[in-house]
Amino acid sequence: MTAYNNFFFIGLPYIAFVIFFVGSIYRYRSRKFTYSSLSSQFFETRKLYWGSLPFHWGIVFLFFGHLTAFSLPESVLLWNQHPARLAVLEISAFVFALLTLVGLSNLFYRRMTNPKVRIVTSTMDIILEILLLIQIILGLWVAYGYRWGSSWFSIILTPYLHSIFLFEPKADAVFALPLAIQLHIITGFLIIMIVPFTRLVHFLVYPLSYLWRPYQKVIWNWDRKKIRNASSPWTIFKPKNN
Amino acid sequence: MNVRSQISMLFHLDKCIGCHTCSIACKNIWTDRKGAEYMWWNNVETKPGTGYPTKWEDQSIYKGGWKKNNDEKLSLKSSGKLKGLTNIFHNPHLPLMEDYYEPWTYKYLDLIESPQQDDQPTARPISLVTGKPIDIKAGPNWDDDLSGTPEYARKDPNLENLSPAEQEAMFQLEKMAMFYLPRICNHCLNPACVASCPSGAIYKRGEDGIVLINQNVCRGWRMCVTACPYKKSYYNWHTGKSEKCVLCYPRLEAGYAPACMHSCVGRIRYLGVLLYDADKIEEAASAPEDQLIARHLDIILDPFDEEVIQKAKENGIADSTIKAAQNSPVYKFVKVWGMGLPLHPEFRTLPMLFYVPPLLPVMAMLSETDHKEQAGKLDPIAKFWERSTLYDTSIDSFWGTIDKARFPIKYMANLFGCGDEEIVKDVLKKQLAVRAHRRNTTVGDIKKEFSEKILNDVHLSAEIADDIYYLTSLAKFDDRFVIPPAHREEALEMIENTADTKGSTGFGFKETPARGL
Repeated sequence: MTAYNNFFFIGLPYIAFVIFFVGSIYRYRSRKFTYSSLSSQFFETRKLYWGSLPFHWGIVFLFFGHLTAFSLPESVLLWNQHPARLAVLEISAFVFALLTLVGLSNLFYRRMTNPKVRIVTSTMDIILEILLLIQIILGLWVAYGYRWGSSWFSIILTPYLHSIFLFEPKADAVFALPLAIQLHIITGFLIIMIVPFTRLVHFLVYPLSYLWRPYQKVIWNWDRKKIRNASSPWTIFKPKNN
Repeated sequence: MNVRSQISMLFHLDKCIGCHTCSIACKNIWTDRKGAEYMWWNNVETKPGTGYPTKWEDQSIYKGGWKKNNDEKLSLKSSGKLKGLTNIFHNPHLPLMEDYYEPWTYKYLDLIESPQQDDQPTARPISLVTGKPIDIKAGPNWDDDLSGTPEYARKDPNLENLSPAEQEAMFQLEKMAMFYLPRICNHCLNPACVASCPSGAIYKRGEDGIVLINQNVCRGWRMCVTACPYKKSYYNWHTGKSEKCVLCYPRLEAGYAPACMHSCVGRIRYLGVLLYDADKIEEAASAPEDQLIARHLDIILDPFDEEVIQKAKENGIADSTIKAAQNSPVYKFVKVWGMGLPLHPEFRTLPMLFYVPPLLPVMAMLSETDHKEQAGKLDPIAKFWERSTLYDTSIDSFWGTIDKARFPIKYMANLFGCGDEEIVKDVLKKQLAVRAHRRNTTVGDIKKEFSEKILNDVHLSAEIADDIYYLTSLAKFDDRFVIPPAHREEALEMIENTADTKGSTGFGFKETPARGL
């Protein structure tokens, strides 16, 4: 058992993160053209509305929920000291997870049944959607069956994950966890691992910089103040903008 | 004063014959690729008609362009920073493929390869998206020449503020008129597509004002498709990126006219440099609606003005470009003669493609007449049309033909004048005056005093009228397209190793556009 455990909870995380970082950066640098999600809204919009919106808002909440428990475990525990607050957190997380499940199921159904959307579907899209479906169902199972996740995550999983990131892996507590939780962790690492090979990369380039750039954008391919100045040295490098 | 130069265009609609040669030239060069089959960066519409995509002018459906808020500031109708980023998971106003049309081809091989059978083999239409047989429901010019039809002409959004009686008069069988409206990207000064792009992939080239989409930066959020009120940014469903008219910049850099303009059979297209004051863009774009056109034309600068030349040089504009601006046919039509009007200025994007509104559907009236009397005027062996109506293009009751136009000026004003009929009438009268002047010169059946009086009415001199006539009717290739000489030190194509891109998928692409991920 130890060999399996060591592989899934110590080996896999490292493999996953190395592939994630190296792959994402490599793809950004070498195949930047493909660095987005391939939208199919052009073919079908109504079903997409009932799929994409609940899925995305749900998964964004879940992502930041996991991130908070990972980065600020004490605050989560402090918050959970009061049963009412614990209930609010757990119920809202559960609702968002349901939202994600409903959205993802709609998206999956739409992708499989609409002939035009099928045309722009790659094998990787289907693998990814199935993995995400498994992951969200496992997550709901864990949340329902092994309460209260937000508290024991902060106590058991946060130290485990910190130990992974500090390169002193201590996974003994995880070895002892129930199978459903273990599967949820393994699928999580798998999804992180395949990010560079899927459309998931689009979340890495969410265009936040739009918020602070001016609306209009004018680019000079050459430095317009210098280009006609005979005394400026010639260069093969184009200026970015001026 | 912040002087910039812009490659600008003028389309003389009175000369457009609706042959679609421009569209085909463009299609063959730029959009015959997978995912781009449905795109027509250049298209020609019949007006009145619903256009492509269907009813694109109706911004209550598509939410394109800018709107003016209570605080006199402009904001995008559809997106903008917060709305754009929150609508990013689902763009509620995106036009769908069914708003354009589903591209198709025919199974031509079946005509040859079918086994012998009782029936003739047919080439069935096949969808270029799914590869399955389809029933064709619409095409790129589905409303071509269909003025008067209930499904197309009567659903034209520009009929909005015409009274039912005026609309009826327009569509009576004998009086029906139409004209063609060729459209490409306007390469606006205040482009809504640029402003709406969350990734910052769309930009205006400083050197010549061409609006381009960087395909490597575009992430396919599709906000530009919604934001462009002219629907001239298209989503490529195969590559997942948006594409638009590039004004054939590789051709321009090499000194050639863009393909659509080069191939124009009616020679309606003119291309030249305009110098403009970039500091005034915001002010002009947010002007009150009745001043929009005046303020728009106001930011175009006089290329002969010493101060303008001085400031242009300070901004690195080459002497050859300034010279091109001085010879620009667009400058003459738009600024000197005041005959070019922007299409739908109320979208507030400050389009830099100008139109000369067409005279013929306005002027040619059908009037009751005695055909025997008409026939009497003709040569005895000449054929004549035995009808009691006459397609009257005479200029007897001169300005009256415009005031009693068979094609409501209000309709034209909705297209080119922000609803102001006087602006459109002014341009039409100028065209009419030039005709009268030329008729006096060449045919001589109009008296000189009369033609001079008419020219005087529209504040034109005989010399200017001759210039307008020359540029309208006789202009040679080099008069119509005054392209600034290629600046080797500026051109993009020229510094790149052409061997790198040879045999690959297009300008700047060194990889196949296939996705698969």
